[in-house]
Amino acid sequence: MIWFVAALLGMAAIAWVFRFAGQTVTGNAPRFRDMPYGVAYGYVLGTVVVLWLAWAYMQGRSEDTAIANKFFFLRIAIEGFIIFAIAAWLFRILGRTVGTAWSRKMFRSMPLTASFGILTILIYAVLTVFSGLIAPHGQEEILQGVAANVPAGTDPNYPFGTDQIGRDMLSRLIYGAQNTVGIAFLTTVLAFLLGGTLGFTAAVFGGWLDQILSRAVDVLMAIPSLIFALLLMTIASVWAPQLGIPLTVFMILIIAIIDSTRVFRLTRAVGQTIVVMDYIEAAKLRGEGHGYLVFKEILPNATAPLLAEFGLRFCFVFLTIAALSFLGVGIQPPLADWGTMVRDLGNLIAFAEYAPLAASVPLLAAGAIALLTVAVNFVVDWMLHKSSGLKE
Amino acid sequence: MSEEPLVKIRGIKLEGRSDETWSPIINGVDLTLARGEVLGLIGESGAGKSTLGLAAMGYTRDGVRISEGTVEFDGIDLLSASAATKRDLLGKRIAYVAQSAAASFNPAHKLIDQHIEGPVQHGVNDRSASEEDGIELYRKLRLPNPEEIGFRYPHQVSGGQLQRAMTAMAMSCRPDLIIFDEPTTALDVTTQIEVLASIRDIVEQYNTAAIYITHDLAVVAQMADRIKVLLKGDEVETADTRTMLSAPTQEYTKSLWAVRSFERPQKPAVATGAVPVISVQNVDAAYGKVPVLYDVSFDMHSGRTVAVVGESGSGKSTTARCITGLLPPTAGQIMLDGEALPPDYRKRSKDQLRQVQMIYQMADTALNPRMSIGQIIARPVQFYLGLTGAEKRKRVDALLEQIELEPTEYYNRLPSELSGGQKQRIGIARALAAEPKFIICDEVTSALDQLVAEGILRLLARLQDQLSLSYMFITHDLATVKAIADEVVVMKDGRVIEQGQKDEMFRPPHHAYTDLLLSSVPEMDPDWLTNLLAERGVDNIGDAAVDKM
Repeated sequence: MIWFVAALLGMAAIAWVFRFAGQTVTGNAPRFRDMPYGVAYGYVLGTVVVLWLAWAYMQGRSEDTAIANKFFFLRIAIEGFIIFAIAAWLFRILGRTVGTAWSRKMFRSMPLTASFGILTILIYAVLTVFSGLIAPHGQEEILQGVAANVPAGTDPNYPFGTDQIGRDMLSRLIYGAQNTVGIAFLTTVLAFLLGGTLGFTAAVFGGWLDQILSRAVDVLMAIPSLIFALLLMTIASVWAPQLGIPLTVFMILIIAIIDSTRVFRLTRAVGQTIVVMDYIEAAKLRGEGHGYLVFKEILPNATAPLLAEFGLRFCFVFLTIAALSFLGVGIQPPLADWGTMVRDLGNLIAFAEYAPLAASVPLLAAGAIALLTVAVNFVVDWMLHKSSGLKE
Repeated sequence: MSEEPLVKIRGIKLEGRSDETWSPIINGVDLTLARGEVLGLIGESGAGKSTLGLAAMGYTRDGVRISEGTVEFDGIDLLSASAATKRDLLGKRIAYVAQSAAASFNPAHKLIDQHIEGPVQHGVNDRSASEEDGIELYRKLRLPNPEEIGFRYPHQVSGGQLQRAMTAMAMSCRPDLIIFDEPTTALDVTTQIEVLASIRDIVEQYNTAAIYITHDLAVVAQMADRIKVLLKGDEVETADTRTMLSAPTQEYTKSLWAVRSFERPQKPAVATGAVPVISVQNVDAAYGKVPVLYDVSFDMHSGRTVAVVGESGSGKSTTARCITGLLPPTAGQIMLDGEALPPDYRKRSKDQLRQVQMIYQMADTALNPRMSIGQIIARPVQFYLGLTGAEKRKRVDALLEQIELEPTEYYNRLPSELSGGQKQRIGIARALAAEPKFIICDEVTSALDQLVAEGILRLLARLQDQLSLSYMFITHDLATVKAIADEVVVMKDGRVIEQGQKDEMFRPPHHAYTDLLLSSVPEMDPDWLTNLLAERGVDNIGDAAVDKM
């Protein structure tokens, strides 16, 4: 505790000296003259954090396994961060030189985070569509003559090791993209078709129709969504075998309906701001039908916020599916899916201190979820920024 | 007045950032302002008036930078001054009055609490002393109930009062310089005159220097000692107000001065018994339970323009909504060619809808930003006339030529790629595409610069002669009425107060309200406001006079 306070005070002193030195050396240039003390402190704090990270990274590369293991994941994170940053940077350069005039212009004004997001989403999309071609083994295939729980990085034939019953982790991760991402995408599209149509209808018609739809949505939104989904899935798991319909179909429908309530609220709000515009009034006075109003006049003006919401909603759906699978009612084995993989292999994390490579197996699936979520959010942020017309 | 000027700007260049490149806004302008002097800055939108005005405070908006030049305020170099020095000057010695007082006040605090922030922060006065001083300023600016008005919230006072409260706030530290950025542009003429009189008074009383930014020449003529004309970031000329008005030297200034000369000759009265295109008969209307129109009646004939004038809230636009059928009247009816129109637009036939078209005030919100110009104009052509393919394209091209825009150049553009005047022309073309008999023009020129507005008025007049259209022209600008109207209808509080031929309406005797409206329109005579105040007295102008009626 004392050390902590001492360190903070020390940094405060250094910040003051730093600002004073800056003022003296540069002859009181505006940059240092008008620098608030908080900013100077921030510079010092930032430097200390970067130095600590550098030190920790060197520890991670240490010869002594005991020390290296402690900083193993930090080392991987830093290396990953640098690799991704470089990849995003290269990708942006590629986008700026190749492609149509329109796409080149788009890449020119793109922040690095957005180009990282787009690159990651592209990679996931390729994995999702071509998982059968890319994966070296089948997702359900129990490999003959291979031990179960082979740690990652030990056997070159199975770079990410094998799971508890001897299936190839790499193949299951790739198929997991297809199952988790593919189903999440389908669910989000359904949620948007349902919520979007009803939302615009409520915005254009108003009146009692709007009241009925909005209150119904309020009721659905009042129930905590994960608990509600869990409840419905439990019911569905009884019905599914009786009706002969796969449980996955029920899951898609349930999540789509629950999430469509959020989409409804957004499209209704966006629709209402557009409906009051003069060009809508002009179209109404021309005698246009409701279909024309919604699809030709309103929808094109709502694409930016809706696309942004699509990205965000996709993440939520994706996490809900992973959560349901983790709880055991989502995607059913033997289908590979990232949520189930985290659950099945979760107890390996306990070995992290002694064998970080073995513990990394469940973290790979979790990392795949996190990476896509972060990537989608970067792209959404960028799109929101563009559509809001904010500068800087 | 012999000492150094208060503000000295030399060769200032400002640049604005768009799409990662810097483009010039102001290209090297000098500005000198003596103590107690009022300088008028005029020019079209985009001329850089506001940017230059703000630069005089050493301030730039986000995405704008000063690339060259110096700004000196009372011998202090504002561009190299430290943040602390500037903090000490702004609000205390330099103040700013923004265009929209409603958007500039914090809606969550009372006026007086916002008023005293400046003096208390700068240590000029303590809390109670500044409150007393605020009330004194409110009194000087002739706000009603000066003791109480400060304890209201911004939404509880009218626009004109808010603008004066903001001027009082700017005055709270008795600054040496106030920058007025279009303070009366958003106000009605009768309200504007009150604000102008108050501002002029208080600036004179405290010998404050001011930069008055506006695009209205008649207003600047009343307020300024000197006028500086800007065009696309360059200074056109600077001169004494009287010299500038009587003998402008530059072509551009002359063209600005000549704008208001457009006036169409009065057409002969319509033959008695002619069937009007649109006849509004004894219409009452209400928003929910609140009545807004009372027994409104007037006729509009083919080839004629009826100007409907009145302040905001007088029911002009509501009448238009009744005619279009957006707001079904509670009593009375609308006749088209002698036949009653169904009150609700949803019940009208396609042909009835086609006959009544509308042009909006804000072209920005009237054109779908995601549709190309061609699509916007082609839709009514296809919808009403059933034309498709090459025929449709031919018709759209013909319409574009009619509004004086080159079809090949504009067909595929989006509205955002057009200037304000061009957008308004597209609005006109869309209305024409339906081949209507009757067009409602709702304040179509009030958002445009004067030169551009005149072009639109001339276009409308020419189209009327060619196609013998009937216009209902809603406006609060009497210069526009003079230019284009054949008949005038004056509205107040939802009632028609007076109506008749334009020539008669601009000749006395008038209804008292028409008289007030007419006399409140600023004229290009620097003595106009002084004379009017002398004639009527300060308590007989503006809203105060309206309230007495």
